[in-house]
Amino acid sequence: MNEKQAELNRNLAQMLKGGVIMDVTTPEQARIAEEAGACAVMALERIPADIRAAGGVSRMSDPKMIKGIQQAVSIPVMAKCRIGHFVEAQVLEAIEIDYIDESEVLSPADDVYHIDKTQFRVPFVCGARDLGEALRRIHEGASMIRTKGEPGTGDIVQAVRHMRKMNAEIRRLVSMREDELYEAAKQLQVPCDLVFYVHQNGKLPVVNFAAGGVATPADAALMMQLGAEGVFVGSGIFKSGNPAKRAQAIVKAVTNFKDAGMIAELSEDLGEAMVGINEQEIQLLMAERGQ
Amino acid sequence: MRERIAVLALQGAFLEHEQALERLNIDWCEIRQAKDLEQAFDGLILPGGESTVQGKLLRELGLFHALKKRIEDGMPVMATCAGLILLAEHLVDDPTVWFGTLPVTVRRNAYGRQLGSFFTRGAFGDIADCPMTFIRAPFVESCRPGVEVLSRFDGQITAVRWQNQLAMAFHPELDQDMRIHRNFLEMVRHPASCLCCS
Repeated sequence: MNEKQAELNRNLAQMLKGGVIMDVTTPEQARIAEEAGACAVMALERIPADIRAAGGVSRMSDPKMIKGIQQAVSIPVMAKCRIGHFVEAQVLEAIEIDYIDESEVLSPADDVYHIDKTQFRVPFVCGARDLGEALRRIHEGASMIRTKGEPGTGDIVQAVRHMRKMNAEIRRLVSMREDELYEAAKQLQVPCDLVFYVHQNGKLPVVNFAAGGVATPADAALMMQLGAEGVFVGSGIFKSGNPAKRAQAIVKAVTNFKDAGMIAELSEDLGEAMVGINEQEIQLLMAERGQ
Repeated sequence: MRERIAVLALQGAFLEHEQALERLNIDWCEIRQAKDLEQAFDGLILPGGESTVQGKLLRELGLFHALKKRIEDGMPVMATCAGLILLAEHLVDDPTVWFGTLPVTVRRNAYGRQLGSFFTRGAFGDIADCPMTFIRAPFVESCRPGVEVLSRFDGQITAVRWQNQLAMAFHPELDQDMRIHRNFLEMVRHPASCLCCS
């Protein structure tokens, strides 16, 4: 991937800002998501709540199923590959996916190395719990970052924790003297040039979305007020009572995330939210995968 | 007079346009919901993003008719990428029409998926050698007489002006070159005032 392609890939993420990216498992769900105002869809065979329930090894989706979704909608289509599984990523690039999510939601294929994303022309989004993780993924070639909130739980607590931690660490770097940044880079285990970028710009060099546990319009607006530039919603929509209505409400809440009056209106009569599982009740913390 | 430019801030790369206006020391405001239309502004920027999302939100947040009327009445508007789609009178293979105020036919995702996104440099009207970033971009397949073609890439039309509407398939807000934004501000200062004879 040359520098210009990397730039174009970061640019696509800029176009997604202020939007909602929705998990879908069928062309029909993809159309419902597009109709409801999704700015992109994530094509996968099972949504995270079902992956969690099913257990076992979870892999990249069937390319035929992904192609069906690509044909069903005009918005960008993303798909997940396992952490470190660069051949799954090659397959997704071969079917011209718009964005690859190297995702902890699937079973990791490599417990040491992430994919060298600089070797691909297609862009990658990766999860991060803190600034060090985010900058390592960006150094490996990720052109978009998201929080690693616990997928399939409907519990926002981890996404909040990650977003707050990342932003606190960014503020800390901004406040440092330049000669202190080298030590900060050492502690974060990331290259100095990225630390200098954050120090000078007060933000990541790529777009940063919230992901994991978003189930209501208020959850989405909470993440936006905490500094997310957009939101992924996984199980929260198609595991709820009225997916189309909830999806539309979350889209509008992301656009008007500071307007409590509007969020109140949007939160009315949405039907049942996804049931949800608390962090303490789950056996498997997916956020621990890939650091 | 000090101009004020409104930026449609429903979804997409509106922040980048706001930063461009900041660099040019131009006053700006955001349009996110109907009550934002109560403030005074002299021109409108429709940013890149997803046209399906922006179009839907325009309608559902009660912005659509008021903005369409103002564009029809001659308020200067600059549209980039998704914005071009919102202004177009026709889309190829798609019955959707949003504002429909610009007499052109636009093909969405005309260069394919993200792997087809590209950067080039080219002329924009009288402005030579403009940086042009195309992200899953549309192009103008045809335009009606009277529409001024400002840019082409590979034979296809990528920027047009008609009356007070300036629309392009690429993203000047993603590069540091401010000449296209300046060009738009000139239009805001000196709009084609009489629409019937412009």
